[in-house]
Amino acid sequence: MGEFDFTVWQPSLPFIRDGLLFTLRLTLVAMSGGIVIGTLLALARLSPVAPLSRIAGAYVDLMRSVPLVLVILWFFLVIPFISGAPVGAETSAIITFTAFEAAFYCEIMRSGIQSVPRGQVDAARALGLGQAQTMIHVILPQAVRNMLPVLLTQTIVLFQDTSLVYAIGAKDMLKAADIVGKNYNRPVEMIVLSALIYFVICFSLSLAVKQLQKTVAIIR
Amino acid sequence: MIEIRNLSKWYGQTRVLADCSTHVAKGEVVVVCGPSGSGKSTLIKCVNGLEPFARGSITVDGVSVGDPGTDLPRLRARVGMVFQHFELFPHMSVEQNLALAQIKVLGRSKDEAAARGVALLDRVGLREHARKFPGQLSGGQQQRVAIARALAMDPVCLLFDEPTSALDPEMIGEVLDVMVELARTGMTMMCVSHEMGFARKVAKRVVFMDHGEIVEDAPAAQFFEAPASERARTFLARILHH
Amino acid sequence: MNYHWNWGIFLEQVKGGDETYLDWLLTGLGWTLAVSLTAWVIALTLGICIGALRSMPSRLPVMLGNAWVELFRNIPLLVQMFLWFFVMPEFLPRDWSLWVKQDMPAKEFLTAALCLGLFTSARVAEQVRAGVGSLPRGQRDAALALGLTLPQTYRHVILPQALRIVIPPLTSEFMNVFKNSSVAFAIGVLELTFQARQMQEDSEQGIETFLAVTLLYFICAFAANRGMVLIEARTRVPGLIARTG
Repeated sequence: MGEFDFTVWQPSLPFIRDGLLFTLRLTLVAMSGGIVIGTLLALARLSPVAPLSRIAGAYVDLMRSVPLVLVILWFFLVIPFISGAPVGAETSAIITFTAFEAAFYCEIMRSGIQSVPRGQVDAARALGLGQAQTMIHVILPQAVRNMLPVLLTQTIVLFQDTSLVYAIGAKDMLKAADIVGKNYNRPVEMIVLSALIYFVICFSLSLAVKQLQKTVAIIR
Repeated sequence: MIEIRNLSKWYGQTRVLADCSTHVAKGEVVVVCGPSGSGKSTLIKCVNGLEPFARGSITVDGVSVGDPGTDLPRLRARVGMVFQHFELFPHMSVEQNLALAQIKVLGRSKDEAAARGVALLDRVGLREHARKFPGQLSGGQQQRVAIARALAMDPVCLLFDEPTSALDPEMIGEVLDVMVELARTGMTMMCVSHEMGFARKVAKRVVFMDHGEIVEDAPAAQFFEAPASERARTFLARILHH
Repeated sequence: MNYHWNWGIFLEQVKGGDETYLDWLLTGLGWTLAVSLTAWVIALTLGICIGALRSMPSRLPVMLGNAWVELFRNIPLLVQMFLWFFVMPEFLPRDWSLWVKQDMPAKEFLTAALCLGLFTSARVAEQVRAGVGSLPRGQRDAALALGLTLPQTYRHVILPQALRIVIPPLTSEFMNVFKNSSVAFAIGVLELTFQARQMQEDSEQGIETFLAVTLLYFICAFAANRGMVLIEARTRVPGLIARTG
């Protein structure tokens, strides 16, 4: 057994807090951006306009078949060429995760939209609602409700995946732990601390999702 | 052969079997009937220990089912069971379905098991279907295979749990024919069934259940001609005039 | 900004060595395959056992199985890699710990394969449990009624059916294994992503490098998919699809 010194946790807390705040910001921005873009992608995929649906499909398939680490590296490399100026690892991470998660939320929204019975569209159209109105007021609310647990589970996955910004050195919670670990020469203790924090947050969230799933099942 | 004494069972707070007692002697056919939810399937699943029970006792061929020391797999190997939804193993061919337990439980050789399987398929009229998979057979054919599968274990008695109620009407006859033929050879059988024609033809006694209780346990002729309870009369009227 | 394309870069020699960049990428591909396939074997073996445990009628095995799944699902894979690589050796007896840190052969590879295997096993277990749960309860009853023991029932009746049902979700898990193996770069496994970063820094031809590596990952995913489809076709049972719906 090695000798552990967990007193290092005490001075590390301010750094960990800052790192965690970035991790949370990254998760929330990527989630909201991802859901909005993902929904638009899903509408494109389901649209009768063939080129539109094909482009959206290709984008989703591409994102889903490449490792996330590689996507992170790709964006970090390419964004400066597009923006014309170097960007920080943090900004790059936010753009990458939004674009990447959009593909996953798209698939969730797509199956959510498809889970709404066809009769609902007919009923809405029969009431005189237009195509967009039908989508916004009738289909999407039901799709979101059906898919809410899956959307949230994907968000927990996203929260964990943000740790991969390690590859470009963005200062998230794990990176903060890494830095403190190196400074105090206590890397092992800091890895354990970050594992604990991730576990507690993710486990509580997944319990909450399970609870929600039960509630939704009762309402229906 | 089968002796059920004061059997009671609860699912949480609800009592599904209330102090049930009956028996099936060697070579007898006993038909258990009653409205749905009356506990008849639960009762028959207690006989080979598929359902645990809280109170009372069941002995099959001298072996106590509820005794924690009882080797349940060994007991079940000697008690055949036929299910409502056939429950053939869909990933195995008909001959594999017949051979599996003979080899794994009785320790028979592959050839022995295959020979026994073919003989029984012959008996239920399905010899030419040995290589097919259950999904390629009709419901009636599947149920006949299921009966052959139970017989392959050379059981001392057979339990039937509504063997014809999942079948299309035109297939019920072929399954009942096999069961009647079995009864005539002196097989001990306990059948949960609503086939009153079958009961009339071969049953020694009819057990009528309602709300987890055994309401009547009478010789078949007596049950059909003069049911003692109002509940049985209502049930018979409903089922016969349909 | 301007980018200077150089497609010939792959055949050029790396700085200060006699290998070409192509050699680097091929070595990377080899390690990616080795880590992924080893991890997949571990994940399938453990995942099937744990998935079966979680579908048992008694409480203790279910709780153990659930704990396993929650543990591996709620910590990021990258952190798990660090845990196995840096933290685990500290918990071993002193001699073992020293051996692991100094003498263990292929330490990075073995750690990565074990870690990814355990991580994936939790996901496989989840699928297997769902597959077992989707079978009609009567199948278990029928097997038990024939006198088969519970282990025999799982071995001959429940698992063969459940595994056929879960081949499609397992196919995407298998493809995920190749993608997730990229995380192994963080503990120094010389797999594709590691080599890509190294080649990018060394050659400064990032786009060509990443395009090539992306293509290689595509090929892996495609091969994994074809492999599973082949297995699915080989194990297909006539008439079974109609029944499981």
